[in-house]
Amino acid sequence: MDLLKLSIPTLAKMLREKKISSQELVSFYLERIKKHKKLNAYITVLEDAVNKAKDIDMKGIKNDDPVLRGIPYSLKDNMLADGVKTTCASRILENYIAGYDSTIAKRLKDSGAVLLGKTNMDEFAMGSSNENSHFGPVCNPWNEKHVAGGSSGGSAVSVSAGLSQFSYGTDTGGSVRLPASFNGVASLKPTYGRMSRYGIIAFASSLDQIGPIAKNIEDLAIAYDVVSGHDPKDSTTSIKNKDGMYEYLIKEVKDRENNFSRKTVGIPRDMLIGGCSKDVLNSLEQSKKVLTDMGFDFVDIDLPNSKYALAVYYIIVTGEASSNLSRYDGVRYGYRTKDYEELKDLYSLSRGDGFGDEVRRRIILGTFVLSAGYYDAYFSKAAKVRSLIKKDFEKVFEKCDSILMPVSPVTAFKIGERTKDPLEMYLSDIFTVSANLAAVPSLGFPAGRDSRGLPIGMQLIGKHFDEKTLFTTAWMIQKQKPEWFNNIATTVKEKKVIE
Amino acid sequence: MNSKTENKKGYNAVIGLEIHAQLSTKSKMFCSCSTSFGKKQNTNICPVCSGQPGALPSINSRAVEYAVRAALAFNCKINNKNIFARKNYFYPDLPKGYQISQYEEPLAINGWVEIGFKDGSKKKIGITRLHMEEDAGKNTHNVNESLVDLNRSGIPLIEIVSEPDMRTPEEAVAYFKKLKTVLEYLEVCDCNMEEGNLRCDINVSIRKNEHEKFGTKVEIKNLNSFRFVEKALYYEIERQTKMLENNEKIIQETRLFDSSSGITRSMRKKEEAHDYRYFPEPDLLPLILNESFIQKEKDSMPELPDKKCERFMEKYLLSFYDADVLTSDKDISKYYEDLVSYIKEPKVCSNWMQAEVMRTLNEQRIGIKDFKLDHKKLGDLIRSVISGDINQNTAKEVFNEMITGGASAGEIIDKKGLKQISDLTAIEKIIDEVISESMAQVQQYRDGKTAVMGFLVGLVMKKSKGKANPAVVNELLKKKLT
Repeated sequence: MDLLKLSIPTLAKMLREKKISSQELVSFYLERIKKHKKLNAYITVLEDAVNKAKDIDMKGIKNDDPVLRGIPYSLKDNMLADGVKTTCASRILENYIAGYDSTIAKRLKDSGAVLLGKTNMDEFAMGSSNENSHFGPVCNPWNEKHVAGGSSGGSAVSVSAGLSQFSYGTDTGGSVRLPASFNGVASLKPTYGRMSRYGIIAFASSLDQIGPIAKNIEDLAIAYDVVSGHDPKDSTTSIKNKDGMYEYLIKEVKDRENNFSRKTVGIPRDMLIGGCSKDVLNSLEQSKKVLTDMGFDFVDIDLPNSKYALAVYYIIVTGEASSNLSRYDGVRYGYRTKDYEELKDLYSLSRGDGFGDEVRRRIILGTFVLSAGYYDAYFSKAAKVRSLIKKDFEKVFEKCDSILMPVSPVTAFKIGERTKDPLEMYLSDIFTVSANLAAVPSLGFPAGRDSRGLPIGMQLIGKHFDEKTLFTTAWMIQKQKPEWFNNIATTVKEKKVIE
Repeated sequence: MNSKTENKKGYNAVIGLEIHAQLSTKSKMFCSCSTSFGKKQNTNICPVCSGQPGALPSINSRAVEYAVRAALAFNCKINNKNIFARKNYFYPDLPKGYQISQYEEPLAINGWVEIGFKDGSKKKIGITRLHMEEDAGKNTHNVNESLVDLNRSGIPLIEIVSEPDMRTPEEAVAYFKKLKTVLEYLEVCDCNMEEGNLRCDINVSIRKNEHEKFGTKVEIKNLNSFRFVEKALYYEIERQTKMLENNEKIIQETRLFDSSSGITRSMRKKEEAHDYRYFPEPDLLPLILNESFIQKEKDSMPELPDKKCERFMEKYLLSFYDADVLTSDKDISKYYEDLVSYIKEPKVCSNWMQAEVMRTLNEQRIGIKDFKLDHKKLGDLIRSVISGDINQNTAKEVFNEMITGGASAGEIIDKKGLKQISDLTAIEKIIDEVISESMAQVQQYRDGKTAVMGFLVGLVMKKSKGKANPAVVNELLKKKLT
């Protein structure tokens, strides 16, 4: 039996039937993490996780315990877990030990899931390739010369290389969906307000959203269920009832598979012209065919303001980031320069040495777009266009229930290929930023490989707070195309834990 | 108008104040840390108010209630939609690198308060805006190190910005005092200026006559006493006058008042001013205040000083000045009303309050809450004057003894035998003695020199060792002489 192919519900059953212990499961992953060190997926590995698992085994796992009890997972290194180093892949927080639990860490802890470690990322989540880490780039396990995608590259690789059962990243403009698509795993950027941001190191507060990453849709639904929902500590979280997505999928959708009410899917054809590789466009047609065969209707849609999305995005994120990153000043915690005499030097040298190039670039840009005299021309105007983009989506969703499009125009590019030109790198996010700007949910799913064997990812974008349609649709795609899911890139032979 | 507004050189000042008042909520504006003063450094802190990575603010609804109450008391229009904004700047006492404040859509706008003067005249001072924000921490500078205490960081503040409606330092102080009185009445701010609960920034410019446009303004930061506000303004108006007289140009700048030397010093010029890069706080949703919430706050409003002053004038027949003095402090007004209900005689009570009581409070630098005599103890003393047991002068002596020792008025009067002689036969006996010993003066009186009466009364009082009731003496003496 190949542990790497198993879903969370299967593992949960085996744990309850004592066919496997949490300790075995955790040790299995810790062992694999060691063997795959050169992928550079983790910044911090928690060896102590074995003891946590032992504890859980000792206390036993009962039938009505949360499904995640005893199951290992990883967190992007911008999420605080009490007592654990949280670096945000930055020199400025290289030795920062979190003094409290983020809401996500707390909810996972309460569910009994076991934290394996903190995954590598682009510094302060700024990047599309995971090459901007103080701890070095993350490699794509499908081809180590290629990027993992960013900014949640470590989280995506921890799932795609079998270094964790499931993981979480943060998605500000595509940072969960892009690396997930480059790695052939499923991901979700929930509706803004679904997930608590408390204890997540802020990049751009009005766009940041936690997203689960998993190798199949049922794992993704479980990972979504456990951490979503209102949190009094984050006033931007919605008080809307959260759906029990996994329950819904196995009870409602499964039973009604044959008479499930078909839905309409939109494709923004104009947006896709030019730029997209042939393999990616072919994959889109395949996904379309799968859905058409199941009786879904397709319409062409138009998102006229999407051409401004990338510009709007980079004005808003840099503006917000310039303020969010002000607290890293060397005064209370984090890196502090030794060579200062005046306060001004303490600030400029600590921040100058502590932040990497891309972070500094964005702070400078953001300071500019917020400054008196330029605010109206940039930040304020971007906010206005953002509301137009939102309206585009509202209008489109009068015609369709979801939008199907690629996550990225291309598959994983080579390490170093785009680092010289920041603007080219920014273009990687061209298909993902709109969902963040419009605050709508987007589910990324794997949809085959390109001619070089690199994974291709599609996304389904949904209405505000309508994750249900996305999960249902993806669930049905998974039924039709099981070969697209549960693929783990593994080159190292495993000894079998159980027969 | 209380006084001439131009100074000797003929310049007029234009003054506006920005007042920061700490709200007296138990917990901070955006986290649940305690706001108590005087705790060990950095003990009232948490991830939110110490600016840890990932921490997020959530609004203290009590602070919003307090701020709304203040805005209503200052006759402001409350905005239903409130947007918080980030004010970005670097300083070690500012843990997040920005202060959560309000900018484009503040809590309230367009209010006013009325200030009154001794002559009974009044003036309305406009309030431009009132908004909510959080306080910063506190830096301490030692020889080799600077330390930051974040206990104050995140304490809720309201900033009240006036129109440039004041023309003299006295008006500015009267306005500041009035704000303090109202905030105390509302019980939304402790207004302890030494602890920094209430602080003030001044904007001041001068011009040659009232029809000219405003001159270049100078800001003076962070004053925490009425006296400093007055001193700083006098100094600054004088400084600016001298400059204009010497044909120098006044530059827009921020200055600091040095209380030990009484002068202001330049802190930073306009070019060095911060660009605060305000933008809407993305971590907080717009705060919507619906009408029913505002109405609820309106309904729970206590009687405010202006209303109380009017009531005192009407009910107790006091002058505006007396009523104003008695209502300018909530606790004093309560003490006064307790006193009046205990012994009636509102005018007499008012006189006692304004003379003996307030003099004592000033001398002892205490508030009425710490005053040694409760209203009953003082009332008993005043009552013995009204009943004629002692006269006014004796009463003052007894009062002084009461506030130093612990005895009651009755005990002191008995012990020292101060009770007035009102017994007619006893007084008559003394009068007869005086008449027989001062025949010359008696004759003068009978000849029409009535002024000599005072001399004769004096002799009677002296013989009685001050204990004879002067009213009775007067009456009897008159009778005997005619």
